[in-house]
Amino acid sequence: MLAGLLLLLVSVGVAITLGPADILLVNVRDIVTNHLGLTDIAVKMSKNAIVWEERLPRAFVAAACGAGLGLCGVIMQSLLRNPLADPFILGVSSGASTGAVVIGVLGLGGAAIGLSGGAFIGALIAFGLVLLLARLSGGGTDRVVLAGVASTQLFSAVTSLIIFAFADSDETRGVMFWLLGSLEGMRWDDVVLCAIVVVIGSFVCLRYAHALDAFAFGDDVAASLGIHVTRTRAVLLVATALITATLVSVAGAVGFVGLVLPHAARLLVGPRHARLVPATAIIGAIFMVWVDAGSRVAFSPTPLPVGVGTALVGVPVFIALLARRRRRT
Amino acid sequence: MTLRAEQVTWSRNGVLVVDGASLHPEPGQTVGLLGPNGSGKSSLLRVLHGLVRPTSGFVTLDGVDLASVGRRHVARSVASVTQHADTEVDITVRDIVRLGRIPHRTALGGGASTDEDAVDRALAHVGLLDQAARLWHTLSGGERQRAQIARALAQEPRELLLDEPTNHLDIRHQLELLELVCALPVTTVIAIHDLNLAAMYCDIVVVLQEGRVVAAGAPSDVLTAELISEVYGVAATIARDAQRGHPVITFSRRD
Repeated sequence: MLAGLLLLLVSVGVAITLGPADILLVNVRDIVTNHLGLTDIAVKMSKNAIVWEERLPRAFVAAACGAGLGLCGVIMQSLLRNPLADPFILGVSSGASTGAVVIGVLGLGGAAIGLSGGAFIGALIAFGLVLLLARLSGGGTDRVVLAGVASTQLFSAVTSLIIFAFADSDETRGVMFWLLGSLEGMRWDDVVLCAIVVVIGSFVCLRYAHALDAFAFGDDVAASLGIHVTRTRAVLLVATALITATLVSVAGAVGFVGLVLPHAARLLVGPRHARLVPATAIIGAIFMVWVDAGSRVAFSPTPLPVGVGTALVGVPVFIALLARRRRRT
Repeated sequence: MTLRAEQVTWSRNGVLVVDGASLHPEPGQTVGLLGPNGSGKSSLLRVLHGLVRPTSGFVTLDGVDLASVGRRHVARSVASVTQHADTEVDITVRDIVRLGRIPHRTALGGGASTDEDAVDRALAHVGLLDQAARLWHTLSGGERQRAQIARALAQEPRELLLDEPTNHLDIRHQLELLELVCALPVTTVIAIHDLNLAAMYCDIVVVLQEGRVVAAGAPSDVLTAELISEVYGVAATIARDAQRGHPVITFSRRD
């Protein structure tokens, strides 16, 4: 746990040095301690700006996204009893995209709501829709994924329709970038927002760690173990919806993190949530920091949207999971 | 005192599934719930455990209405094993049995050594101590059933509710399991299909038909040829076990 946090800090530090500008790890340390008021070391203004205004907030948002989306995956996989559940597969991210496009292109609600606000509302609506569809179709664990596929298709279609019919080329570019998941231009207020949501989310998850364990054999067994099934489910699903909506509204539709990382963490620490929750959060954070750094550098100076990077890693793992499930049955 | 059902009725989607059933087990007794498929055995067990609320009547735990007792409190006294429990999680037998300790835990950790002792005892009871590291999806049907029973035992309940626990077991494991259950110092209610096993191991049998209790009492009083013919619609002859005197039921071919 402590080693994980340390590794995360080192990852952030090293990831920041990657890129076109010539920045050393020492520079990062100096700049950070300068800003914390601990030291007063002379550093070039340009380096200071790149580290403090661009790469550091960006790395922190990446870490928060990795941790938060990983946690959402853990919760959904436990509650929906489906190892393939994650906010992206279930269409929540598509809903966020539609929300953002409705606001950004159609201008509904105006500037007061903004792209992020639209994404937030869209994510919540999509989440509600998927749970409703799953319940209507009988609530089985495979039904949830089917409901997610249906709602993903629906929201992508609506998004495409709006872009095709109403957007000019500038708007299209901006929205497309956001649709693919992007950590460009993160500011410190984004960091604060994401950090608050992820920290609160982590504590909620830890508080319900035993309950998440208890759902392994379904609602009846969980209830027989003393869990208030309806209340626990409501609290955790609302938490998931809020975390996902916040992160997607800031960073765009970053897919497959929530799906893949809980499985990676399970391989390391086993299925018990008291250990799985912190492990997933830390591994998720480290993973995203590196994927983001990679996408930033890979086609430099053109940044690759981070969602492209996570999908390139996530899809093969997703397929491996499907194959593994097939072998078992 | 113990878990009791008083004139319990439960309907699902407007259809009456349990119809005015009462159950008054004495502490330590093994009670067999008998009856054809769809007679309401599983539903009565769910009502007894408070997983669903009775439409009318009530269930009491130590004289208190179950609806007003906290779920956690219930879980410390009452454990159950349902049919068809399954999971997608790669979970070991030991971790499954550890689930049984959840109602005894505080929010974070706590009581680790007593927990592990209880887990070991439960595993030993069902003979899975040396299989504790195996994963759920590698277990046979019988081993899965025993793992779930060990999970229920780890709850250290006073009342155990078992829904057809002998289903996937071979005859040796069926007998072992029921002997284990009878030897436990707990009150047990078992929904069971096999009339002979019920006659061998249950102190009391309760026969359900279309949600109603049609007979209750000691197996030798209840399990008569007339009752079996009336409830199941099959012809049977009843003999007595030479040593223990419990009824031994033989069924006749129809042709």
